[in-house]
Amino acid sequence: MPDTAQNKGRMLTFEILQYNPSDPQSKPHMVTYHLEETLGMTLFVALNMIREKFEPDLAFDFVCRAGICGSCGMMVNGKPLLACRTLTKNYPDGVLRLMPMPSFKLIKDLSVVTGQWMDGMSKRVESWIHSKEEVDLTKLEKRIEPEVADATFELDRCIECGICVSSCATALMRPDFVGAVGLNRVARFDVDPHDERTAEDFYELVGDDSGIFGCMTLLGCEDNCPKNLPLQEKIAYMRRKLANVKDTGGGLEIRVEG
Amino acid sequence: MKIQYCDALVIGGGLAGLRTAVATQEKGLSTIVLSLVPVKRSHSAAAQGGMQASLANSVMGKGDNEDVHFADTVKGSDWGCDQEVARMFVTTAPKAIRELAGWGVPWSRVKRGERSVVINTERTTITEADDAHGLITARDFGGTKKWRTCFTSDATGHTMLFGVANQALKDDVDIRERKELLSLIHKDGRCYGAVVRDLIDGELEAYIAKATNIATGGWGRVYRTTTNAVICEGTGQAAVLETGLGTLGNPEAVQFHPTPIVPSGILLTEGCRGDGGVLRDVDGYRFMPDYEPEKKDLASRDVVSRRMMEHIRKGKGVKSIFGDHLWLDISILGREHIEKNLRDVQEISMTFNGIDPADEGPKGWMPVRPAQHYSMGGVRTKPTGESPDLSGLFSCGEAACWDMHGFNRLGGNSVAETVVSGMIVGNYMADYCLENEIDIDTATIEAFVEKEEQNIREIMSRPLNDDSIFDIKRRMQEIMDDKVGIFRNGEELQEAVDELRELLERSRKVGIRYVTHASNPELVEAYRLPKMLKIAISIAYSALLRTESRGAHYREDYLKRDDANWLKRTLVRWSDPEATLPEVFYEELDIMKMEIPPAFRGYGRKGMTIEHPLSAERQAEVDRIREELEANGADRFEIQDALMPFDLPENYKEKNERQGIGYA
Ligand SMILES: Cc1cc2nc3c(=O)[nH]c(=O)nc-3n(C[C@H](O)[C@H](O)[C@H](O)COP(=O)(O)OP(=O)(O)OC[C@H]3O[C@@H](n4cnc5c(N)ncnc54)[C@H](O)[C@@H]3O)c2cc1C
Ligand code: SF4
Ligand code: FES
Repeated sequence: MPDTAQNKGRMLTFEILQYNPSDPQSKPHMVTYHLEETLGMTLFVALNMIREKFEPDLAFDFVCRAGICGSCGMMVNGKPLLACRTLTKNYPDGVLRLMPMPSFKLIKDLSVVTGQWMDGMSKRVESWIHSKEEVDLTKLEKRIEPEVADATFELDRCIECGICVSSCATALMRPDFVGAVGLNRVARFDVDPHDERTAEDFYELVGDDSGIFGCMTLLGCEDNCPKNLPLQEKIAYMRRKLANVKDTGGGLEIRVEG
Repeated sequence: MKIQYCDALVIGGGLAGLRTAVATQEKGLSTIVLSLVPVKRSHSAAAQGGMQASLANSVMGKGDNEDVHFADTVKGSDWGCDQEVARMFVTTAPKAIRELAGWGVPWSRVKRGERSVVINTERTTITEADDAHGLITARDFGGTKKWRTCFTSDATGHTMLFGVANQALKDDVDIRERKELLSLIHKDGRCYGAVVRDLIDGELEAYIAKATNIATGGWGRVYRTTTNAVICEGTGQAAVLETGLGTLGNPEAVQFHPTPIVPSGILLTEGCRGDGGVLRDVDGYRFMPDYEPEKKDLASRDVVSRRMMEHIRKGKGVKSIFGDHLWLDISILGREHIEKNLRDVQEISMTFNGIDPADEGPKGWMPVRPAQHYSMGGVRTKPTGESPDLSGLFSCGEAACWDMHGFNRLGGNSVAETVVSGMIVGNYMADYCLENEIDIDTATIEAFVEKEEQNIREIMSRPLNDDSIFDIKRRMQEIMDDKVGIFRNGEELQEAVDELRELLERSRKVGIRYVTHASNPELVEAYRLPKMLKIAISIAYSALLRTESRGAHYREDYLKRDDANWLKRTLVRWSDPEATLPEVFYEELDIMKMEIPPAFRGYGRKGMTIEHPLSAERQAEVDRIREELEANGADRFEIQDALMPFDLPENYKEKNERQGIGYA
């Protein structure tokens, strides 16, 4: 069973940013709440208690509460995390300072617009299979090497939580940067044998400073990604691949190692 | 007043809604999808274990086909399902999975040669055929004869949802998030769209469409302990009830999953047991084989959940401050297998409970106890997905009672249903849009919007009393857990109904502290609560009236499945908005049309059925037809057609190819 028994009953302090940009009277300010810690308490549990007890209109987003849907990214003591997976017992001094993720439009308090941002990214990198093959649904599926399917799955695990974007200096400076999430998506379709796109095609989509050449390799994305995706490795790989397109002026069949 | 027009309006952006939208959009119809949350965060994302489709690629799936899948589904449903719909489903499922593969869902593939698996706690070697190499593989799941559940590790729902959502983006479906359906607009028995509230600015809008689809998922949150996401509150189904015309089917059919982790209720997939994991009690003893010698830990979910609770009641549970629980042991599968195929399970267990399930022995055992998981019931539809009560209103996915699950759904059959029903219902919905025009006047639309405006104004003008929305909601959830759970009896169900009715009255009077329109979670809770209570009352009241045990509905005071009196579907309608009880009536299931007439399921207790006289008669007829046709050299498709003909749109009825046997 959970090993949190020794922490039961501790008083926790939550400092939470409150601000409603749609209300002209509202100014960003921090509000402090105190809660007694319960066994195995997560920020999902704590924030709901605060809403029930003290602040019925406190805005935050949870859906799955299991670290699967990517809804609940927020800044916890300066670090972007999935709130539902954040256990209060991991904060020895019992103080948690909660802010909304930067780089996304604020709705209210801790709630930000990630969905439209991610849809924009998906459309920009054309996050779908490009294939001229007509699939006949009554016939056997296309064969895929098991290892290749696994490698595609590996990169398909991204939950579009936006934490990499909120960890990224380029994203803060350039709102049009596709982010690690977008570059990982390109790498995902690059390994998928169903997708017929070439390096030139991907270059068209992300071959500039708001794409693959915008990354400054500061590693914040990979450090914070809750799905532990190999973001730096994949970005570096795609950069080498697309840099080759640039060097050769495109249009050529290109081989890359990596 | 803002009015948006489109051809097809889909409420809900989970797997079912999005696949429907792709169907209508690809037929050239302007389609709008509305969702409470960004669609890729819909609860479909949380499905872990897999999707059933009878591909028969893996050696452990050999011999599988639509017929075997059909029989498993019917038995699983405890004969409560609509067999015609189950047939439509099993025939389309292989096509659905192949379509998804083409859309990039990275299904795990068969690798030729030997591999080591755990079956019945023994490590065994199986050999995959050369000619199956690279095709989609499958794992074992409860209540199935063959290994039929296709998967991407244990993140199947996530990869499926991204695959379908990306296809919808490609097709330029108009997807709008943070939009909530409040009520349906209807006139003269036809549905014309919905009144919708924007969850950011609080504005109400009317969406007017030729056809409207309710694909709003399950209603698990009327229970306190549930595997469902926090947005699974049944508000879509409640909107159908609130038309006073639409009906819900079998609301009492609620599934409890055997292995949510304690205390958070987060699910650990059935794939844990499918891959060879087992349940253990306080003594570390594997108890399921004592109860279910044949299917053991992999009997259907209703059976396993009850056996677990029975074992706990015998004092064999593990005591904890969160109540008694049992253990789920997957450590016997080995670290390598867990880190590849049960990775989210490992992550959940480590994050929330600090237990690494790959650690050998008791150290790695995870605490589990059954909890609410799935709603078999929902918006009653015809096989086309259209409501029998309101034309132009469709429903599919977990929100619907299309009725392929009856009184118990098999694991892996739900995500399969979402995409299959999206394909089928989406097509029928498109046909409806092509055949019908929008002919509704703005005065009617305005009246529906005004009614919702009025409701919100009324809530905001209520004086504060000493009641609280959160208290009422919690009490409702406790009642559902305690009195409308796995074991049910007349006395407690009556108490539940009585108290839920009082809560509904209270919910109509409770005031709120903040009276702003925009982004106000308290207001949202306030207008959703009466809707949730109507769902809860529908469940409890239908459960009270059904005096038999069938599938997941288990009455301690009526232990037998009573085919003689209860081979029928519950229908619930709420015609009087002021009432605190709905009307309940029934729809008979026609045994003489069944392909498989009622019999013993092959698991669970024997001799617990009150038989219907027609069951034997129909069985004799089925046997006779089969024998005659076989003697004339008919194949399985011709025999099936003679027993129970069914229709499908597009080319979905065509035969499915299988490796090594072609279209046999
Ligand atoms: C933890 C878990 C694991 C599971 N694992 C499996 C599995 O392995 N295999 C399997 O077959 N099944 C599994 N299931 C079941 C399966 O995942 C669901 O039944 C299925 O995904 C439901 O899909 P859906 O499209 O019907 O609804 P959902 O995916 O729940 O989508 C509902 C949509 O409706 C929207 N919505 C709801 N109400 C409103 C409203 N009032 N207004 C506007 N929009 C609204 C939501 O925003 C959402 O977009 C699992 C379920 C759970 C809970
Ligand atoms: S790459 Fe990782 S951090 Fe970025 S959105 Fe995906 S899951 Fe989140
Ligand atoms: S609520 Fe789904 S990831 Fe946190």
